[in-house]
Amino acid sequence: MFSVLRQHRSFAHGIHPPQAKDDTRGLAVRQFPFAPVMIVPLAQHIGKPALPVVREGQEVERGQLIAEPDGFVSVAMHAPASGVVQRIALAPAITGRMSPAIYIKPFPGSSQEVSDGVPCDLATASVDDILLAIQRAGIVGLGGAAFPTHVKLKVPADKTIDTLVINGVECEPYLTTDHRVMLEQQADIFTGIRYLLKVTGTARAIIGVEANKLDVVDALRAALPADLPATVEVVAVKYPQGAEKMLLRALLGREVPSGGLPSDVGVVSVNVATAAEIGRLLPHGRGIQERVITIGGPAISKKGNYRIPIGTPLRFALDYAGLADNASRVFLGGPMMGQALPSLDIPITKGTSGFIAFTDKQTAAAMEYPCIHCAYCVDACPLFLNPSQLGLLARAGEVERMADEYHLLDCFECGSCSYVCPAHIPLVQRFRAAKGLLRKRRANP
Amino acid sequence: MSNRGHTLELRSSPHIASGASVDVIMRNVVWALLPVAAYAIYAFGLAAAMTLLVAVISCVATEHLLCRLATTPSTVRDWSVTITGLLYGLTLPPALPLWMVACGGIMGVSMAKFLFGGLGYNAFNPALVGRAILQAAFPAAMTSWTPAFGVDRFSQVPGSTFTVPFAAPVYDGTTGATPLSLFKFDGQLTGTGDLLLGLTSGSAGETCALLILAGGIYLAVRKMLNWRIPAAILVTVAGLSWALHQLAPADYPPVGFMLFSGGLMLGAVFMATDMVASPITHAGCVAYGVLIGLLVTVIRLWGGMPEGVMYAILIANAASPHIDGLIQPRVFGTGRG
Repeated sequence: MFSVLRQHRSFAHGIHPPQAKDDTRGLAVRQFPFAPVMIVPLAQHIGKPALPVVREGQEVERGQLIAEPDGFVSVAMHAPASGVVQRIALAPAITGRMSPAIYIKPFPGSSQEVSDGVPCDLATASVDDILLAIQRAGIVGLGGAAFPTHVKLKVPADKTIDTLVINGVECEPYLTTDHRVMLEQQADIFTGIRYLLKVTGTARAIIGVEANKLDVVDALRAALPADLPATVEVVAVKYPQGAEKMLLRALLGREVPSGGLPSDVGVVSVNVATAAEIGRLLPHGRGIQERVITIGGPAISKKGNYRIPIGTPLRFALDYAGLADNASRVFLGGPMMGQALPSLDIPITKGTSGFIAFTDKQTAAAMEYPCIHCAYCVDACPLFLNPSQLGLLARAGEVERMADEYHLLDCFECGSCSYVCPAHIPLVQRFRAAKGLLRKRRANP
Repeated sequence: MSNRGHTLELRSSPHIASGASVDVIMRNVVWALLPVAAYAIYAFGLAAAMTLLVAVISCVATEHLLCRLATTPSTVRDWSVTITGLLYGLTLPPALPLWMVACGGIMGVSMAKFLFGGLGYNAFNPALVGRAILQAAFPAAMTSWTPAFGVDRFSQVPGSTFTVPFAAPVYDGTTGATPLSLFKFDGQLTGTGDLLLGLTSGSAGETCALLILAGGIYLAVRKMLNWRIPAAILVTVAGLSWALHQLAPADYPPVGFMLFSGGLMLGAVFMATDMVASPITHAGCVAYGVLIGLLVTVIRLWGGMPEGVMYAILIANAASPHIDGLIQPRVFGTGRG
């Protein structure tokens, strides 16, 4: 009877930005059309770019392997559409630089059947077989980090994992992709969890969902197979709860050590969309050639959740979704951590969880004041850093002190400090710049 | 899109903000101070009204002119100097000669705020520095008090108010004594009820503890004031004076008197909580509050002066950066402690 009174669990600090999810949370995932030309970058993940295994002019089938992983920290790429390889050349990337990519021109009349590969059978596959299958399927963290999933799942020999955490938090405003995946792909998620439990040697899984998705919680709980050692647990709505460290603190009360990994506290955590892709692709030996994204924001007319081919040029996607004339900012991902675009010619990649367009109404610049030590940032920082002090040091260019005395490198750039700052100081933006400077200085002392 | 003529900004995240703003915070502090100021005028009449007016004008004008001199945009629109002016006026004896009021305002804002670099860089509360300068320069005028609720307070201005600069102010023979000086020099106690309601004499805005508390609660609820600072100050003063009163009831006043007399309430709620000059962590704020409480008790009970809130806060302002140096938040994932 006290459950009504009990607050949902969470981590300390954090912020409560407006959710802005109502426009798209109720919209089922729809298939996005094929662009006239797809651009599949070879480096869509953290690690070494993939090596092309097709040549210019070659015909490819949708789902066919077109680039192989180059070493362990690298993943495969698959054709997003049946068509012909137009060229292999440099294409603009989100970093602002040019990066090699495979251009594919889809056949207009093709049925776009997806070709299958060698299935990975859950019952018979060994741990290494599953890891290899995940790498060959080109799977990376779909929450936005795009870190190769098989690398994350490779548990160090000296660590024991007791809990698999499936991250269904989706704390970024506007984004509703994980929400839809959890409503529409429950069987895939449960299959994915079985692979993940086996590969990490873990006995139990927890699916963590924020309290703004109680429909998901009910649906998942109802559909949960009796033989799957998994529970669905609700955490309070708070940003940045989707950050791995915050979610593990909220669900399990465990603190990942500074500079450490979840495996240091006996946990592996995987984004729920990533788990769903593992469950969807591995039984058929397929690879990732599309993903679910949210297209939203006040400057988009056809807001929604779409299954979009990897490599769709953003310009095509924006045309299809309808970008308002007074759009003033477009960014990939959510408004808290999403990257602003250097160019509209970049393609959608595996790490793109959505794109949001704002009009000038949302982006009016506010006047910057001096820091008044209000401590709003100190109370917001989920890692208990001192953004106020870091901001003063950043202004003074003291990046070494920022790192050595004030834990700059722990900052994962959630942006909560900038969000709350009443002086409108671009705190996290300066920390990003400071990290870049620090990396340069440490590389050439 | 280029072919449709969109101009897109390239900005680093986050792309949204909470909407909080320095000028909004400062304006709210002004709102919270207005009832206190209104009561000061109600209790002390025209003298208090003029004192407050001259205090605010001298502070705001000083900042505006100094910004002009420095050829930087005027910063008076952030409202912080309005708070300084109001607070400064509220700490003064109501019948203080107006030229002295103006002097203190000019000195406080120029020396304690502008010279340090303006808002955000002032190590000390400028209102208190202005008052401290006056206390040192004009000790007699700064301890000449007007009784509250004089019958002719709305029809007559005390002679001292319009004293010619550098002439000795003349008081009308109706000067009162504050509860603290009555206690210190005459061993006379004022009742807690009178103190709460502000029926005593004292600085213009320090007398009505209830209105000050109400303003503080409003700001604390809106998260524009760290309640830990006044709480730590008041608990420390209450704890110490309770223990001393238990030991020697004849020598030391009771808790209620210590809490609600003098400038403690105004200082604890509105002065010590100046965000710029107080520590940034919650633990640091508690340490800072305890330090102020300790100093107030020591100065009041064993010092030569009847009141010590101003010096206690200024000393703690000086200690604040060092408290921040000692007390930092425990970074996530670095062990408890």
